[in-house]
Amino acid sequence: MDVLKKVPIKEQDPQVRAHNFDEVCLGYELEEAMEEASRCIQCKNPKCVSGCPVSIDIPGFIKEVENNNIEAAFKIISDYSALPAVCGRVCPQETQCEQVCIRGIKGDPVSIGKLERFVADWARNHNIKPEPPKEKNGKKVAVIGSGPAGLTCAGELAKLGYDVTIFEALHEPGGVLLYGIPEFRLPKEEVVKAEINNVISLGVKIETNVIIGRSTTIDELMEDEGFEAVFIGSGAGLPKFMGIPGENANGVFSANEYLTRNNLMKAYDTSYDTPIITGKRVAVVGGGNVAMDAARTALRLGADVTVVYRRSEAELPARVEEVHHAKEEGIKFKLLTNPTEILVNEDGWVSGMRCVEMELGEPDESGRRRPVVKKDSEFVMELDTVIMSLGTSPNPLISSTTEGLEINKWKCIIADEETGLTTREGVFAGGDAVTGAATVILAMGAGKAAAKGIHEYLTSK
Amino acid sequence: MFRIIKKKELNPTVTLMEVEAPLIAKKAQPGQFVILRTDEGGERIPLTIADYNREQGTVTIIYQIVGATTRILNSMSVGDCLQDFVGPLGRPTVTEGKKKVAVVGGGVGCAIAYPVVKKFHEQGTKVHAIIGFRSNELVILEEEFRSNSSKLVLMSDDGSCGEKGLVTDALKKLIESGEQYDEVITIGPLIMMKYVSMLTKQYGIKTVASMNPIMIDGTGMCGGCRLSVGGKTQFACVDGPEFNGHEIDFDEAIARSDMYKEFEQKKQDEACKLYQKEVS
Repeated sequence: MDVLKKVPIKEQDPQVRAHNFDEVCLGYELEEAMEEASRCIQCKNPKCVSGCPVSIDIPGFIKEVENNNIEAAFKIISDYSALPAVCGRVCPQETQCEQVCIRGIKGDPVSIGKLERFVADWARNHNIKPEPPKEKNGKKVAVIGSGPAGLTCAGELAKLGYDVTIFEALHEPGGVLLYGIPEFRLPKEEVVKAEINNVISLGVKIETNVIIGRSTTIDELMEDEGFEAVFIGSGAGLPKFMGIPGENANGVFSANEYLTRNNLMKAYDTSYDTPIITGKRVAVVGGGNVAMDAARTALRLGADVTVVYRRSEAELPARVEEVHHAKEEGIKFKLLTNPTEILVNEDGWVSGMRCVEMELGEPDESGRRRPVVKKDSEFVMELDTVIMSLGTSPNPLISSTTEGLEINKWKCIIADEETGLTTREGVFAGGDAVTGAATVILAMGAGKAAAKGIHEYLTSK
Repeated sequence: MFRIIKKKELNPTVTLMEVEAPLIAKKAQPGQFVILRTDEGGERIPLTIADYNREQGTVTIIYQIVGATTRILNSMSVGDCLQDFVGPLGRPTVTEGKKKVAVVGGGVGCAIAYPVVKKFHEQGTKVHAIIGFRSNELVILEEEFRSNSSKLVLMSDDGSCGEKGLVTDALKKLIESGEQYDEVITIGPLIMMKYVSMLTKQYGIKTVASMNPIMIDGTGMCGGCRLSVGGKTQFACVDGPEFNGHEIDFDEAIARSDMYKEFEQKKQDEACKLYQKEVS
């Protein structure tokens, strides 16, 4: 064994997985996990913990894996995280825990994410669940949204004895874990549902098909239904479009629509009723994780797929692992390219996309080099489907129907970073609804902080 | 789960259902809609709230059998439960501040036009209803319209009931005879709403059209229902479903409504075969 290298992990062959929706990464076996765990040098002052947004005792659980005490490892993780099987799969560990791992200075960092995933999968396969609280305090808290922020906040509050109800607008809980991240990265039945059931087993109730702002309001929950505090974890689900000509043509989709049809409504499976337009030549505009998910989904539905991004490879916001997987599967990348018009045929369908080439100029206020149009570089891509993956912003439905809840110029809810408290008494918020589109683990961190904020607020009240 | 407590065939292809949904019944306003899913494998389809009873906690939907899902819905009976039923969605119809209006409905769109007519009538606004159908056996809610409007004009394509002709003919006649409307509200097939809007534009009468694009979530998270209104992209599920008829790009909306035609046809054929099998 080479201690400088991660124990390699098995993956589905790219040629095979390009045609199915089964999970790409197959995970560690027990022996492999124990071997990888032995690479951890058990730092006295572990940097990895400070790199984790929910501060999991990483050396603690890894020590237990090394000694083959997987149940004990799961108990340690469960003290910090409600969704380890999810986080082990979708966290960008390379910029979090693993980025600061001492092992990474010389060689590969310890594969913390894959070990977390192994522990959570092992616990699920051995039917080990987190323990419900011994005592209830009888206080009611409402959580809006059942994505990572809401699930984490609800789970933490339930552990503290609160009577928690989650209200979810869609027909199934999970938020982006369900409708956004595809099956081949995050299996729904096996992983997402099981982890949500763990939260339910802590005593959390989930009411689906309730849209706060329409079906009921925060004011009504607090005044009529006896909820003493509310947590808003409604995410950032409003898709952005470019505003270029032809964008409403048939065959142009937001990545949210494309992924919702496929993930939530299972359009890839013809025994379900929701249709999806497959397309032969598909362009995905954007370079984030959502763009990679949409591109890899279209590929699996049989299309020839090109990712079109206005900056260069180094600036791609998507995880390195996902870009690597996409390339392995045969996704093409057209970098330093920006669409200017969607070309539409006489029946109203997409026939192509007019683009210009870009070059990188001076850094802008975000520190990234601003792309500028290269002169006389216009060209046309022939296409039949375009998926816009330009990011999302928070839905104004809740903020516009709640008295005294203030938002900033990006339509994000204003909330205290430490406690999650908003400008409205008793109302807390966290996750993408506050930050704009970010990561699963940051949303979980915010949900956890808000649970602490709510507990302090209700105990001092 | 949401129990069906009443089912009534209004004409050979249009059916009324009352569904137990107390939370939605408590909040519903004319102009709003629900999204439903019949079963686990089902798709989400939007249907306008045709009526509601706050005391009994029921919501009425009226649907036309046009494809696989409405066919499945129509195979369900009183006592059966719908898997999902969510709402009320969209913005309610703005009914305040008008003295006299004309409501123009076509086909199954009349089911959506009816609660709007009723609301205007109840609040004392003078309302003329113009409703059009292809032929006599497709007429729905005639009595309900009659008792909730100060004038009802019934039109049919073939003259088998009311007057022969299009709803635009009737509207034009009323306007030219000197009727002054603060607003025209039109609900029905896209092509009908397009021509109603074109007509009223000539007379400078403010016109509202209730749009019915393809929807998935109905909460503003996907943009599947987007339309061009006054050159801007709008999401019908949250910004509408009602928009200024003079600003809507109807041709784009008509093209978008056909996006899944091929798929829908296939699904419907499958559903038909399935039923034939069950019958034989």
